[in-house]
Amino acid sequence: MDWLHWLFYVGVILGAVPVMVMAFIWLERRGLGRLQLRPGPNRAGPFGILQPVADAIKVLTKEDIVPVAGDHWVHFVAPLVVFAPAMLVFTVIPFQEDGGLVRGLVPDLNIGILYIVAVSSISTIGVFMAAWGSNNKYSLISAFRSMAQVVSYEIPLALAILGVVLAAGTMSLTGIVQAQAVPFIVMQPLGFIIFFIAATAELNRTPFDLMEAESEMVAGYHIEYSGMKFALFYLAEYAYTVGISAIAATLFLGGWKAPWGVGPQVGVLWLVVKILLVFMVILWIRGTFPRVRVDQLMGFAWKFLFPLSLINIFIIAAESLAWPGLPWWLLFPNTAIALVLVVVWSGLFRLGGGRVQV
Amino acid sequence: MSKFDRFGLGLAKGLALTGKTLLSRPNITVQYPEQRLDVSRRLRGPELVWVALKCTGCATCAKSCPQGSIELATSQELVDNKYEVVEFLVDHGRCMFCGLCVEACPFDALYMGRGYERAAYRRGDLVLPKEKLQMSADRQPSAYCRPEMEAELPLQTLLVYGQTRAKR
Ligand code: SF4
Ligand code: SF4
Repeated sequence: MDWLHWLFYVGVILGAVPVMVMAFIWLERRGLGRLQLRPGPNRAGPFGILQPVADAIKVLTKEDIVPVAGDHWVHFVAPLVVFAPAMLVFTVIPFQEDGGLVRGLVPDLNIGILYIVAVSSISTIGVFMAAWGSNNKYSLISAFRSMAQVVSYEIPLALAILGVVLAAGTMSLTGIVQAQAVPFIVMQPLGFIIFFIAATAELNRTPFDLMEAESEMVAGYHIEYSGMKFALFYLAEYAYTVGISAIAATLFLGGWKAPWGVGPQVGVLWLVVKILLVFMVILWIRGTFPRVRVDQLMGFAWKFLFPLSLINIFIIAAESLAWPGLPWWLLFPNTAIALVLVVVWSGLFRLGGGRVQV
Repeated sequence: MSKFDRFGLGLAKGLALTGKTLLSRPNITVQYPEQRLDVSRRLRGPELVWVALKCTGCATCAKSCPQGSIELATSQELVDNKYEVVEFLVDHGRCMFCGLCVEACPFDALYMGRGYERAAYRRGDLVLPKEKLQMSADRQPSAYCRPEMEAELPLQTLLVYGQTRAKR
């Protein structure tokens, strides 16, 4: 019944992810409103809960505009190229432990995390296609920025993930979750910080949303999009955010496991709770920090995250050699190292706060 | 600014601040149709209020209007040593609410109003005849350019948070 398995999980992913994305869009708009001293959408339904539905209906009825001088085919395909990888990420996320009812599409893929890193970079090509097909200067500037940003932040991201792989001794996501007797966020705080910042940058979310900077380039790469194509970009952004939250929950927060093994093992509930948790932190960060400048963006990736992620790998590797299996008490030295390194490294360089230094 | 603000402490401070607003939810948005702010009673609002008893039909207002949005006609004969104003039309769609007519009126017969929500579906609906221009519960004169009226007004803070009142 192999095909039934595939049919079922493709249905689950295609159904659950958009529903989750809509819920998260509502959550984000309400939460962001609260962070900014305003109520957020509150007219459509109780607490504005129908706002994503209203938005969807609005966006479906909008006119689809294609720039005359643009590349029509590229313009047409780009939203799909951006959207598909966001969904593909979910195929390898394990929902439940071995023997559970809903385990996921291919949770035991032995190169699961490599697959995620590979697949999630595809959306950048979609962004560039959107910019090229639009024949718009702002779109292109935005795509250039996006390229530079993703290339820079992919490295600390992958290196932070490598720390997890070293500690778990496997690339399969199920294996990584099983290896977390103590969640890796406690065992490798430095790795988590690097992963989280780099992932936020990969997502192009504030404070790294340079390619959508409204005050500089209106809407960036999707400036020439309208109607359902625009909605696909919007959906992809959130689906990808949920995807990254799911990856963070799986890699660092113990995935489907109940925290420290206490509490009931209730299906995929813990995973959803953890995804929600990570998403809320991303949202909190978005509501707090102003956008960074391009030079600060690059400086931060190459001068701060990159060296720290290298150091992180060396520490984890040395520890796995000295104490195979990584006993839980390593969390104390690791936390101390993380704190010291962050403070020391912040002192080593300046990003030129506030003013361009030429 | 403490020494560690540049070492990540500043970020933590920012997060703490927004976290506090998230939990305490001070909400400064006025939910407009249900809640309204107190508007100033000296407001130069988008309407004119005309007092029939005081108006002599001198047409100073019409002449002073840069837009030509006041049209008036008086009776040909004197009644009680006074010309009766038979027509007084103000095109609120053309008026720019500059208040020059109010300033010009020598008999204090014309006031700026302090109502808002004066939108209409048709342009013609914005041309108001004298019956509709008169003072009513919904059409209150403002103290704009009427110092004697203003002197009687209580001191009032304007658009300040916390000064909302529910109308319905
Ligand atoms: S407010 Fe100004 S534009 Fe309006 S009627 Fe008076 S003078 Fe004319
Ligand atoms: S200036 Fe005053 S008194 Fe003269 S016509 Fe206009 S409203 Fe009436």
